[in-house]
Amino acid sequence: MPDRTRLTVEQVARASYGRLLALVAARARDVAAAEDALSEAFAAALATWPARGIPAQPEAWLLTVSRRQLIDVQRHRAVQDAARASFAVLFDELLETTSEARFPDERLRLLFACAHPALERGIRTALMLQCVLGLEVARIAGAFLTTPAALGQRLVRAKRKIRAAGIPFDVPAADELPVRLDDVLDGIYAAYGTGWDDADGADARSAGLTAEAIELAEAVVVLLPQAAEPRGLLALLLFCDARAVARRDAAGAYVPLSRQDTRRWQLAQIARADALLIEAAQPATLGPFQLEAAIQSAHCHARLGATVPASAVLTLYDGLLALRPRLGAMLGRISVLAEVAGNAAALDALAALPALRVAEYQPYWALRAHLLERAGERAGAATAYTRAAALATERAVREFLLARAAHGGPEQA
Amino acid sequence: MQYMLMFYDSADGFACRTDERAPAYFAGWNAYVQALVQSGVVRGGNGLASPDSATVLRLRGTEREIHDGPFADTKEQLGGYFIVEVEHLDAALAWAARAPCAGTGGVEVRPVMNPPAQA
Repeated sequence: MPDRTRLTVEQVARASYGRLLALVAARARDVAAAEDALSEAFAAALATWPARGIPAQPEAWLLTVSRRQLIDVQRHRAVQDAARASFAVLFDELLETTSEARFPDERLRLLFACAHPALERGIRTALMLQCVLGLEVARIAGAFLTTPAALGQRLVRAKRKIRAAGIPFDVPAADELPVRLDDVLDGIYAAYGTGWDDADGADARSAGLTAEAIELAEAVVVLLPQAAEPRGLLALLLFCDARAVARRDAAGAYVPLSRQDTRRWQLAQIARADALLIEAAQPATLGPFQLEAAIQSAHCHARLGATVPASAVLTLYDGLLALRPRLGAMLGRISVLAEVAGNAAALDALAALPALRVAEYQPYWALRAHLLERAGERAGAATAYTRAAALATERAVREFLLARAAHGGPEQA
Repeated sequence: MQYMLMFYDSADGFACRTDERAPAYFAGWNAYVQALVQSGVVRGGNGLASPDSATVLRLRGTEREIHDGPFADTKEQLGGYFIVEVEHLDAALAWAARAPCAGTGGVEVRPVMNPPAQA
């Protein structure tokens, strides 16, 4: 029955696309050619399965057809014979050794190829989402503030470079792994952040990006069970995601963490994130994502009624900044510093930040406004709130900040 | 795959060849080249004389335009090259990272072109 065939093909595509692509690409050392071969194989499945029946092992069938397809392409391209021969051998080994058991999961190798520093930084995350999760370009483009055509071109260029430059499909050597893993994790975090920033759903295409990022993080945790930072990242994403819906009230207005209705939080996700964080601490290799997750954990539990001393959170921020001195974390630290050492100390710390870097950084102006407001400097607070609002990219956040500005008093001329 | 490692260095890096830092400079390069050769990956290569010895020629119509100096006046100039045969980019990058000029200039790593198939 054709309908059943289509359904099976779709199921296999959804469940195994990334795994199949990783298997083929790692052997061909060519993502673009692997994609072509795989889509030919899926097309062949749709054409032949209705008449001949669905094979017992659809994945193995698809791999065999992909292999044949790739060898044909390479013959036409007259790639050096040695390369073609070694590809065929690698593939035959794969098909022999895994004819009965499950195929090895080589998505991690694909992930590292996609996140290779030899590729343009801005394209790596999109490449990971497309190759490892099988997302369509049209779906990713919105999240990267570009058109599907433009993103498609950059993806094609990146895949061409993977082949031409000989980028390996391998987990990097031990001495390189921490840095390269950071690239992979940063990409996933960026994907999540892109989806998170679109809480208003202004762009429907980026909706779901947060879920995809969590899925990627889950995959890395499974693929690198020994590493601590993937667990730290997954925990961080789950802490954020658990609160995602509570960021807007029924009318769609922005709700800051301090006023969120914790009954709308996903407590099961917070519990899972806590557990991941404890697991991550077992190998005792502290990393920035674990520290960020720990900070989020502290924020969550403080709101849920636990006693979390601000000085402890400050220590976490000090650790994070020692590993990764980024502006966002500096501001986070200063907001906690206000609790520990008072408003004046926090405002002094803000003033010490490099003026050029904060001039167009919305969280800086929002925090400055908040601190000035608490210090009773209404005019200064209003000015800072207005500046923060002007820099906000989310409608609800902008409206919230403008309301605070109006509340603070007249703007100074 | 074969890659060309192109060693670029700053003006100060090139100055090391002739001032009091020369012994350390050449000791560093000698050690590097020896390690490369001993690893069996080298397919060819050379150091190049300083950029001020370079001459650029362009043919424009029948005119031979000849210019003093290297091709482009940039902060870093080509100081030498090796062709290495290694498995993949990361292996080539590992050798690039060991080059003495990696810290003062940089190393461009580029695959050697495969000739297009004969029709």
